[in-house]
Parts: sequence; structure tokens; C-alpha cells
Amino acid sequence: MDIAFDLSSVLHGVVGGLLIGFSAVVLLVFNGRIAGISGILSGLVFDRGTGERAWRLLFLMGLMAGAAIASHMAVSEPALSTQKWSVLAGAGLLVGFGTRLGSGCTSGHGICGLARFSKRSFAAVMTFMAFGFLTVLVMRHGVML
Amino acid sequence: MKPLIASLSGILFGAGLVISGMTDPFKVLGFLDLAGRWDPTLAFVMGSGLLVTVPGFWLVRRRVGPVFETKFYLPTVKDVDTRLLVGAAIFGTGWGVAGFCPGPAIASLVRFDLGMVVLVIALIAGMALAELLPERRTSLGSNNDLV
Repeated sequence: MDIAFDLSSVLHGVVGGLLIGFSAVVLLVFNGRIAGISGILSGLVFDRGTGERAWRLLFLMGLMAGAAIASHMAVSEPALSTQKWSVLAGAGLLVGFGTRLGSGCTSGHGICGLARFSKRSFAAVMTFMAFGFLTVLVMRHGVML
Repeated sequence: MKPLIASLSGILFGAGLVISGMTDPFKVLGFLDLAGRWDPTLAFVMGSGLLVTVPGFWLVRRRVGPVFETKFYLPTVKDVDTRLLVGAAIFGTGWGVAGFCPGPAIASLVRFDLGMVVLVIALIAGMALAELLPERRTSLGSNNDLV
């Protein structure tokens, strides 16, 4: 197996991961909410009349602000995808549909759910990881299933 | 205070996403590419995140409630059901196609790239489609147990 171990990348990953974890703890201890982006986004767009849109909007705006600030500090920059719009649209549809049906994404299930030792999150993480690996295997290496 | 916390948490999260490299789809795809040049970074991101949330959540849950709220808003559904697995499978597939999950997709909007706008709009459309599905059949919780 060809492993591309880049120390700088790993260190950045650790620092970023610690920040993400910390942000989740902050949201939970103060506001009692799970920092699951798919849930926050869908709750914002498809509010069930509970009047809980405001904090979600603020969180996502904060997310974009934090991303912009970190990018400007030239620590790292969100690289842009080079794929065609049709592919991006297809990917978006699958991610949106899948995260709602599956009640979570990498932050909700991965960072938060696993921390709660949720068996649902464990199952979800195993599954989306497996399908992620499989999809790349097919798309990048032409593995025919 | 709650709005302030929401904003602050979001800022930390967004900064964390960028710093960790998770807003770079090629880095994410590099992790998912087991047969190619494997990039382990994502594993370190998730590992570090858990390093904080595992003890952090444990400590927080010992409290009666959050600081500025009356209760913890946590999922009520406990069973691993078909919806969860099928949803995760579909999500994982979409993730493997472009290397974006919801967080990085939102973060990437700050680049004002139309491709990212297309992805996010499609993402929301996908969510809308899921909202059209009938509710979960259990009496324990509704389709969206997380308010």
C-alpha cells in the first residue's frame, strides 16, 4: 500500500481536528446541541416550525467566517474541485439525500456520535466509510463491480 | 448568549475544517483512495476530534443540562435501522464522488466558486427529496429526532 505520509499535512490535520472537536464540545455544553452539519443545515432550511433557525444560521455563517479567516491566514485554503458541474450536482444530491436519510454526516455521526458511543453512529460511520472507499475504488481505478 | 455561542462554535468549526485540510476535496479523496497514494490525514483529523469530544462529551453529560439551555438536544432513536444504513451508504457514495461532505461544502462557498454553489444547491435539493419520504415507522421518534 502506497502511503503518502506528509508530516505537515498530518500536523495540520491534528490541529484542525482538535478545533473541530472543541467546537462540538462548546456547542454541546453551552447550547446543548450536536455539531452535526447535515442536521444544522437541514434544520435551517426545513425548519419544522420550532423557531430554531436563528442559531443554525449563525453557526453556518460562523463556519464560513472561520473558514474565510483561516484561509486568509494562509494556513491552508479550501481547494476547489476540478470536476464537472454535473458530477458535483450528482455528488451533492447523494450527500444531501444520504445524510438526511442516514440522520447525520462525518461531524454528526463521526465526531459527535462516536463520542457518545452511539451504536447507530458507529454503524453509520462504518457504512459511509466503506461506500466512500468503494466509490473511489470504482471511480479512480475502474474496478468493475 | 446562545447566539454568541452558536457563532463562536461555527467559527471554530469552520477554521478547523480549513486548517485540517478537510475542505480540500483531493485530500479527502486521497484518504478514500486505498488503492492509490493513501493520504492518512483524515484519520488524524477524526482521531484528534474524538480526542476532544470523547472526554469532553463525557464531562458535559455529567451535567444536568447545558449552560444556556434547558436540556440537551440528543437523538432519541436508538436502533440501527435500514434508513440509517441506506442513508449512510448513499452519503458515502456521494462523498466518494466529489470528496465533499456538508461541512466542507458550506465552507467552500467562501471561495465564490459556482461549482461549489451547484454542489450546495444540489445538496439541499437532495435533503428536500429525503424530507419527502414517509416518516420512520417507529413510535419512539419522528423522522427527525434532532430538532
